[in-house]
Amino acid sequence: MTLADYRAKRGEPLIKEEEEHAHADHHPNALEYAQIGLILAVITAAEVGLYYIDMDHSLLVAVLIMLSIAKFAMVVLWFMHLKFDANVFSVLFVSGMALTFAVFIVVIAAQRGHLV
Amino acid sequence: MAYAASGHLETSTGLDNRKLLMWLFLASDCLFFGSFIAAYLLYRDRSLVGPYPEDLFDIPFTSVSAFILLMSSVSMVLALAAIQRGNVRNMQIWLFTTAALGTLFISGQAYEFTEFNQEGLGLSTNLFGTTFFVLTGFHGAHVTIGVLILVSLFVVSLRGGVQQKDSLTIELAGLYWHFVDIVWIVIFTLIYLIQP
Repeated sequence: MTLADYRAKRGEPLIKEEEEHAHADHHPNALEYAQIGLILAVITAAEVGLYYIDMDHSLLVAVLIMLSIAKFAMVVLWFMHLKFDANVFSVLFVSGMALTFAVFIVVIAAQRGHLV
Repeated sequence: MAYAASGHLETSTGLDNRKLLMWLFLASDCLFFGSFIAAYLLYRDRSLVGPYPEDLFDIPFTSVSAFILLMSSVSMVLALAAIQRGNVRNMQIWLFTTAALGTLFISGQAYEFTEFNQEGLGLSTNLFGTTFFVLTGFHGAHVTIGVLILVSLFVVSLRGGVQQKDSLTIELAGLYWHFVDIVWIVIFTLIYLIQP
């Protein structure tokens, strides 16, 4: 018997993780997935279009990174179901991302002589 | 894996350990690719001899490749949605589509590598070549493994080995495939679109 079953048997409320897991089946339907795919395609087209527009380089970099983050988030939240699944998966993945970002910043800072 | 009467998995967390392990693997793989991307960004403009990124990159071609991989993510999630509804036939169609799109992406990468090589860029030509081929090569290896997993699942499903109750297997393959896609989203922007 799991902890969730034990609590359910005693009539105790589910903890947040269990409640989220119980609702994990409420995933988007095929039409919603197709709509998200369309949005991703439009963002990609916008990215490529921006590449060919003559604009300030810093602004271009900022906009491209924001669009990339938007695509990244949409795939992770909807296609990988982090938006609907238990929090522990989000914690795991975000921890990995945070560690990666930290390593990324430290390596670049060290190489540019900002760290002694 | 056994399910209790309430539908919860027989684990202390109520979550499937295979899924937990997959997320742990993906989190660790972030570090793997993050290190290679950092190395590329550090060294791409420090090559003493050419060719340089601006001499070689074909943005329209790479954009099509990026679009193909993105669409393969859509077909992958549709395969999962189909099997969760118990529609094995549609799952097979979408699974095959995903594998085909993945193969197309790999073919494009092989073509790109060949073109770069003919232009004089090898693994040890300069810092750009080394960091570029290692980063995109490892990503290509991940996609290739993903295609092999998808083809295996497709073959197993043709033999009746994938039913609605096995949807978690498709979900795990999907998680891996979407991860490969998000890594390319980052590579496409940081390596191809943002030039020094």
